[in-house]
Amino acid sequence: MPLLEVKGLKAYYRTRAGEVKAVDGVSFSVEPKEIFGIAGESGCGKSTLGMALLRLVDPPCYVEAGDVLFDGVDLLELDAEGLRTIRWKRFSYIPQSSMNALNPVARIGSQIVDAIAAHEHLSEKEANKRVAPLLKGVGLAAECADMYPHELSGGMKQRAIIAMAMALGPQLILADEPTTALDVNVQRVVLQALAYLREAMGVSVILVTHDMAAQAEIADRLAIMYAGKIVEVGAVDDVFADPLHPYTQGLMSAIPSLAEKRQIKSIPGYPPNLLDPPPGCRFHPRCPVAVGRCREEQPELRSEARGRLVACHLVVE
Amino acid sequence: MSEPALLELKDLVKVYPVGGIFSRKRLRAVDNVSFTMPSDRATIATLAGESGSGKSTIARIVLGLIKPTSGEVRYKGRNLAELSRKGRLAYNKEVGAVFQDPYGTYNPFYKVDRIFSKAIKKFKLASSDADRDKLILHALSNVGLTPEEVLGRYPHQLSGGQRQRIMLARALLIGPSMIVADEPVSMIDASLRAGILNVVRDLRDKHGMSCLFITHDLSVARYLSDSIVILYRGRALERGSTDLVIEKPAHPYSQLLIGSVPLPDPKKRWKERIELDAKDLLEVAGPVAGCVFYERCPQAGEKCLKEMPPSVEVEHDHVVSCHQYS
Repeated sequence: MPLLEVKGLKAYYRTRAGEVKAVDGVSFSVEPKEIFGIAGESGCGKSTLGMALLRLVDPPCYVEAGDVLFDGVDLLELDAEGLRTIRWKRFSYIPQSSMNALNPVARIGSQIVDAIAAHEHLSEKEANKRVAPLLKGVGLAAECADMYPHELSGGMKQRAIIAMAMALGPQLILADEPTTALDVNVQRVVLQALAYLREAMGVSVILVTHDMAAQAEIADRLAIMYAGKIVEVGAVDDVFADPLHPYTQGLMSAIPSLAEKRQIKSIPGYPPNLLDPPPGCRFHPRCPVAVGRCREEQPELRSEARGRLVACHLVVE
Repeated sequence: MSEPALLELKDLVKVYPVGGIFSRKRLRAVDNVSFTMPSDRATIATLAGESGSGKSTIARIVLGLIKPTSGEVRYKGRNLAELSRKGRLAYNKEVGAVFQDPYGTYNPFYKVDRIFSKAIKKFKLASSDADRDKLILHALSNVGLTPEEVLGRYPHQLSGGQRQRIMLARALLIGPSMIVADEPVSMIDASLRAGILNVVRDLRDKHGMSCLFITHDLSVARYLSDSIVILYRGRALERGSTDLVIEKPAHPYSQLLIGSVPLPDPKKRWKERIELDAKDLLEVAGPVAGCVFYERCPQAGEKCLKEMPPSVEVEHDHVVSCHQYS
């Protein structure tokens, strides 16, 4: 049974000009001990999707429809108390640029203890005992517990945040752009920390990042989002080796690689305005192979022969 | 004597005071950096480095926005510091700039057309309105934009990719010999980034325009540039042909950096875990007698702490500053 199952999730922003359909009918599942990547460009709705999963969206954003089943329980149906027993505790979250949200006047260790104390009835002494192993899990020395955020580098702060997200022993962590704005070798250490936690503690990770190379590095399966919808899901090796959706194909041929010097090209046109997305397939105005049907009928995400899920009329079942 | 180089940086140093006004701390943001770009052909040179490496400071010095503490910048043999007012205007015409943030470089109250008309006026590029329109059209089509898409619009109506293309069109319009581009694609989405990089390449290949390209992204550097300078804490640790430096990095820092760049290929994942603990703390460094990479270097010896490593040519067009090779 999947650990997380999302069905037909819609999250819209209510604006004066109309509804912005940032997440528009998204379905996927995350298995235990899996790193599930969600990739897409800015404005495709991937961060809104993450927040909607945890019911962290605030007006003008709201969840319009869908189910978010965590271990069989629908998070969208739970009352506040019920949600409290799952959110952070069993399903935790690393928001975007959260390393800048550490309290500047409190030591790292005490901030981790606070996170534990907010959810569990533990003596301070017991909570303190957990700090060193948590830091070790993300590759930080125990001494970091006594340091203030300004004494840590960006990569160390980001790892402290991951340690905090791990503090209550969750089964699933949602990490939103955890490596953005970090230097390359620091990025590497942060990604390694996530991969190690999965190996050692068996935690599942939803990795939301636009960085395809980061996804290639640690994700097991990968979902590609475009304009509020998932267009392709598959094992990360397959998606990179043989992308099926024209958008995924375009994205793959747009990214340069350090390993080889091959010609790259961008996808013509620009992503649509989600206030008024194009009819039919949302990618059709930029798609090199679009046919008449693509302009009228929205393709469903369905499985194709090679075991992948693709939303494209032209990919034969 | 042969032609002077297009751009020559000689022992460039920029020192910033850090801390309060009574602080004696000094940060050597740029520390003895030298390199040249040839004038006999158009090339793209990359300054690559992580945050705090001094790459943007060098770009700003080359653009004349800040003055170096010591050392000099020579453009076609002329020292930038000794230019007259008129010479400075001519220099600004010959050396264009494109910046990182395509949102911050525009005045939101004016239509984007003004970007072009002001440049045309300042550098007296057109004698008539028809001339002006022709120039603008030509520049736009060369960066892959149509006038209908962008002219008559306000900056907020355009995407980041379009705005960055407009900045390139502006640079092209002025017709410089060189463009200094400071992280021009770091805020642009992947699907649009390739197009902008290809425009920069076209400027070199079709318009004979050289480019000093600043980036933290080595994959972009590899794709685009002929030569590269790897900077770390203000010093140039390795430089030379981009292919040579990336395929056979000689400096331990370049090796670490290049080994850490994730590849968009799940079959080539990192094999071993690297550790960076407390050493990855970027401290405000005082003057360092030896190698700036000393604390993090796995091969560091006694000499590395005390003596500044000399620049050694390990092969043709490939220079390294590391005691291993001296």
